[in-house]
Amino acid sequence: MLVDAAPAAPALQVQGVSKRFGDREALRDVSFDVARGELLAVIGPNGAGKTTLLSILAGIQQPGSGTVAQPNGTAGRIGWVPQQTAVYSRLTVAQNLRLFARLERVADPQATVERMLEQTGLSERADDELGRLSGGNRQRVNIAVGLLADPPVLLLDEPSGALDPRQRERLWGFISALTERGTSVIFATHDIAEAERHADRVLVLADGEALLHGTPAALKAAAKADEAGDLEQAFVVFLRDRGH
Amino acid sequence: MRWMLLKDLQILRRSKLLVGLLVVYPVAIALLIGFALSSGPEKPRLAFLNQIPPSQTTIRLGGEKIDVNAYTDELFKAVDRIAVESREQALEKVRSGEALAALIIPPDFTRKLSNGGFASASVEVIYNGDALKQSFVRSTVSSKLALADAALAREINKVAGSYVDIVTTGGHIDVLGARFDLLGLKKSKALLEDARAAARSPAVSRKLAPVQQFATLGVANIGRFKDVLSTVERPVKVSETVLSGRRTPLDTFAVALAVTVSLMFVCVLLASGLLALEREENTFSRLARGLVPGGRLLAGKVVLAAGCAFVVTLAMLLGISAFVPLDYGRVALWIVALAASALAFGTLGVAIGSLAREVRAASLLALMLALPLAFLALVPSGGVSPLLYDVIRVISAAFPFKPALDAVNAAINDASPSLLVALAHLGGLIVVFGAAARAGLRRFA
Repeated sequence: MLVDAAPAAPALQVQGVSKRFGDREALRDVSFDVARGELLAVIGPNGAGKTTLLSILAGIQQPGSGTVAQPNGTAGRIGWVPQQTAVYSRLTVAQNLRLFARLERVADPQATVERMLEQTGLSERADDELGRLSGGNRQRVNIAVGLLADPPVLLLDEPSGALDPRQRERLWGFISALTERGTSVIFATHDIAEAERHADRVLVLADGEALLHGTPAALKAAAKADEAGDLEQAFVVFLRDRGH
Repeated sequence: MRWMLLKDLQILRRSKLLVGLLVVYPVAIALLIGFALSSGPEKPRLAFLNQIPPSQTTIRLGGEKIDVNAYTDELFKAVDRIAVESREQALEKVRSGEALAALIIPPDFTRKLSNGGFASASVEVIYNGDALKQSFVRSTVSSKLALADAALAREINKVAGSYVDIVTTGGHIDVLGARFDLLGLKKSKALLEDARAAARSPAVSRKLAPVQQFATLGVANIGRFKDVLSTVERPVKVSETVLSGRRTPLDTFAVALAVTVSLMFVCVLLASGLLALEREENTFSRLARGLVPGGRLLAGKVVLAAGCAFVVTLAMLLGISAFVPLDYGRVALWIVALAASALAFGTLGVAIGSLAREVRAASLLALMLALPLAFLALVPSGGVSPLLYDVIRVISAAFPFKPALDAVNAAINDASPSLLVALAHLGGLIVVFGAAARAGLRRFA
């Protein structure tokens, strides 16, 4: 695997993670780390193992081998925002946030709910049933639930897939504000342009193998592409050159 | 419209479990009904013990002889007879389910039937404690005993008729070995006419003497005619014995059945749906990260479903008690039985819910499982072939409906098996289905 540069103070360290589903090897010896306040994009074609990797980082699945560690000083529950909204459509926005705040055992659930409503701009929709909200607003609630415990690391699986351009812009503004406050964000996407625009570094996965961990510029360099050129084109060339 | 149809077909193609159930379910139900109708014996099986000594198979009524074998043959036209040698053997046949009931004709049957009083001749029928089995076999035995009684009554009527003839025309009757001559009404009439003609002569008193004797004997034997006629209605009494537990009246058994069925549906559907909803809303992945441990998640669903079902069925039971007299002194036992049954059904529900990704699939699965279980638990022994019945017993014992029905029936009717046995059975099933639900959660996490 090509490694551009390792962060000085990692918030999360992943070492030699592998995972099998029967005969299929979903992840093979994947290692990388994420710095505090860094925005890392996990990119790769469909079936590359992006969601499996994030599920392992989130603690939903256990790795077959390898470790996921949060170094001292950054330990805390990892925030998890799944690809599909994982909230109760028959509850209101506030009820959902309150429920998960209580399950996360935050110190002051009501204050936390009010803070998240404020941060996500959903204060006026607090009493609306979730099933009546637009896809974009549901996704905002989905992300808000992942942030309730104020996690040092936030995982987002295809966060902007169901959003229109305006909602996407708003989402990335929100995520940027998080990283500025020191939250490390790892997001999986197959939208390479989005990764280029927002990510500090990218992790390229293909058939369960981590092929590159570095900046978008490093990916272009590895694909021998023009630095001012299209990252998506460089990504395709990079994969093709490595037999994917 | 065709695009909608195509879209639905594509959805079905992706729901292999749903499609599989839709195909397998009607086939399974058809096979089940087919087995029940075709494999079972047409006649209920009865263990039969005839204790009448071979030399006493004939009843003497007046001058008539009636063969008891003709009487029993009428009964055995309607049942499948299993000959046994002793009462113990008959009891064992009923206990094992090989026979639905046992019919015992005591050794003194013919003697009692043919003695002067015609009283207390009886046969004994031994039933299993199950209300449905009792109902099934009682209806058969009662109707056939009535037919046999009618046949016997015809013989007795003939005897009664001969007495009437003797009283009318004259003759003799045997009472307790003594022979009495009867003048007969016709001859009495003639004699009276003669007496009238010879009034105020000494011969009158002599001619009236036989009339006086006839009147005396006639009055004395009128009671005998009454005895004969009273036996025409029901010559033989049936003495009933319930082998295990008390006999449950069918109406209160129906109450237990209705309550248990309702409990099952509410509990299983609710518990399975509640758990499946976590998958449908994708919230299970959040909860599975340690926010709510699997065991606690399952327990919460079971308790909620069981609580709702408990309240509903207890209210139902109290409502029914306004129409069917139930013993309010047993309310504490109702509560125990309903609570344990609800927990067992709830655990079955979460086991079902752990297999489904959608509420609709979970509900369908719950319905498809619950309905046949209820039907199977009600199949009486002897209603189907012994092998099939054994299979049905094993299946019924592996799911909560049968023990729940036993528990509720025992709580309401003090029926057998005892409440403690049923509760222990339910406890075992709670453990088994709880483990299955946890395995299901881990498998699909």
